[in-house]
Amino acid sequence: MRALVWHGKEDIRCDTVTDPEIEHPRDAIIKVTSCAICGSDLHLFHNFIPAMKPGDIMGHEMMGEVVETGSEMNGSLKKGDRIVVPFTINCGDCDQCKRGNFSVCERTNRNKEMADKAFGHTTAGLFGYTHLTGGYPGGQAEYLRVPFADKTHIKVPDSLTDEQVLFLGDIFPTGWQAAAQCDIEPTDTVVVWGCGPVGQMTIRSAVLLGAKQVVAIDCIPERLSMAEAGGAITINFEHESVVERLNELTDGKGPEKCIDAVGLESHVSMGQPDTLLDRAKQVVMLESDRPHVLREMIYVCRPGGIISIPGVYGGLVDKIPMGPAMNKSLTFRMGQTHVRRWTDDLLRRIEEGQIDPSFVITHTVGLEEGPEMYKVFRDKKDSCIKVVLKP
Amino acid sequence: MAFPSNMTRSERDPKVLRSGPSSLSSSDRLARNLGWFSIDLGIVEFIAAEKVTGALGMRGKENLVRAYGIREIASGVMTLSVDKRAGLNSRIAGDALDIATLATAIRPENPKRDNAVLAMLMVAGVTLLDFVATGAHTVRHIRHSGERRSYSDRSGFAEGVEASRATARKKLGDLRTSSVNEGPPTKKTSGADSV
Repeated sequence: MRALVWHGKEDIRCDTVTDPEIEHPRDAIIKVTSCAICGSDLHLFHNFIPAMKPGDIMGHEMMGEVVETGSEMNGSLKKGDRIVVPFTINCGDCDQCKRGNFSVCERTNRNKEMADKAFGHTTAGLFGYTHLTGGYPGGQAEYLRVPFADKTHIKVPDSLTDEQVLFLGDIFPTGWQAAAQCDIEPTDTVVVWGCGPVGQMTIRSAVLLGAKQVVAIDCIPERLSMAEAGGAITINFEHESVVERLNELTDGKGPEKCIDAVGLESHVSMGQPDTLLDRAKQVVMLESDRPHVLREMIYVCRPGGIISIPGVYGGLVDKIPMGPAMNKSLTFRMGQTHVRRWTDDLLRRIEEGQIDPSFVITHTVGLEEGPEMYKVFRDKKDSCIKVVLKP
Repeated sequence: MAFPSNMTRSERDPKVLRSGPSSLSSSDRLARNLGWFSIDLGIVEFIAAEKVTGALGMRGKENLVRAYGIREIASGVMTLSVDKRAGLNSRIAGDALDIATLATAIRPENPKRDNAVLAMLMVAGVTLLDFVATGAHTVRHIRHSGERRSYSDRSGFAEGVEASRATARKKLGDLRTSSVNEGPPTKKTSGADSV
C-alpha cells in the first residue's frame, strides 16, 4: 500500500509499504477513505517531538471502512462498518478509561516502559506519533491497523459525508474539550490564541457552549476571517496590542477563560522579544518548546480564571511566570484529547445540523500530493488551513 | 533489507518497500549541505586557526579566525534548523566578512598570496550557492497578499452564528437557573453533554 512515511526532519515521502495485518484478536483493519494533516503533524515534520524513527507512518486523523476484524470484537465492529478512528487508542477496560480519561489509557501504549521513564507514568498509545506513545503506524495511508478496535472507533452513519465526520477523530473533540474544560459561564469572555484548525473548532465550541464573547488571536488574515465567520472578535497581534485590546473588551478586568491552541511552535516576531530568545534557545537545544502564548495567557487572564491548553507541548519550557499564575489563582487544564468522552455528543450535534465541521477544509488532494501539502500547510501558502487527503 | 529504517520496526508493522517523492526539495538539500559545511569549516577555523592563518599569510589574526569559526558554527546550526532563511542570510553576511578579510591578504608582499586568492574564489563560489538557496527559500516562504482568500462565509453553523449563540446561551442560562433552584452546585464535570 501507499503511505506517507517520516524519514527525518522535513522529509516525508509517499512510500510503498507492506500492508498492515491483524496482530491481536481485538485488532481491525480499515481501508482509509479520508485522512487529514494535523497541526501536530507539523511538530513531527520539524522533529520537535522526540522519539520518532525513520519509517514511521504519519497521520492520526482518519476514517474508513472496516475490511477485516480480529476474533474478539464482541459484536462491536464488523466488516463494512464505516468508522472514524480516535487518535487516542483506548482499551475501555482500565481505570482511566472507565473514568473517561481515554488519552491516558493505561494499557494501549506498547512502549509503556519508555513512557514511564519519560513521563513518570504511561499515557495512551497514539496513532502516527512518537514512539513514546507507542509508535503505532498512522492513518495517512491506504490501510490502517486499529488496535483495540472494539473500543477505539466511532461508528458514523452513511447519511453524513466523510468531510462532516472526519474531524471527530481529533480536532473537533480537541477544540470541544478545550472549551468544555473552561467551565464556560454565560458572562465569560473566552480568548483563543491561534486560529489554525483546532483554534477554529475551539471558537465554534465556545459559541455552542454559550460564552458571552469569543476572541480569537492570530496574524494570518485568512485564518482571522474564518474565526470571525465563526463568531469571534479578532485580534491581529501584528497590528494591535493583545493586552490593550483584551482589556478594552473586558472593561479592564481581563478574560475569564484563555485557551492556547498554538502549542510549542508559537510565532516568532521582532515585536515579541521573548519569542526570539525562545527560538534561539530551541536551536541550541536549551529549550524544546516556545511558550510565548502561555506567558501571555498568564499575564492577561483575569484572576481566578482558567487556562486551557489543547496545543501540543513536547518537552521543556523556560520562563513561565508561575508567580503571577499562583498569585492570580489561575487554574490550568490541559492534555491530549479524551476523544471518546465527547464524540457521542458531538456526532449528535453534527447530525442535528448544529455544526458542520467541514467548514475548515481548504484543500483536498490525493495521498501522493501529501509530502508537498505538508510544506503548503506549514508555510500557510495558498491560504491553507486544513488539508484532507484521499488515499 | 533495502531500507535500514525497517530494522527499527516491530515485526508486523508495515515496512518500506519502495520510497516515493519526498517533501525535501533540492533547495532544502542544498541548505542542509551548506549547514553542515558551515559547521565543519567553523570547527576547522576554531581548532586550527594557526594553520589557517599560516596557509593564508595572515599570522597574528588567529583570534579573528577563531571568532569567525564560532560564527560559522552558529550559522550552520541555524541553517540546519527550520529557520533556514535566517541561517542562510547569516551565512551571506559571513561570506561578505570573509571576502573583506581575505582581501587584506591579497597584497604583493604576502608570500601566500596565491592561497588567499584561491580561498577568496572558493568563498565566492560558496556565496553563490548561499544566494541560490536563500532565493529558493524566500520564494517558498513569502506569502503574497494577492493569494490570500477570505473565509468569511465559513461559519460552520447551519443556522448562522447569532442563532447558534442565542440557542446556546438560552440553554446555558436554563441550566444555571435549574441548578440554582435545585440547591447547592455539585462538582462540575465540564458539563458539555448537558448543554
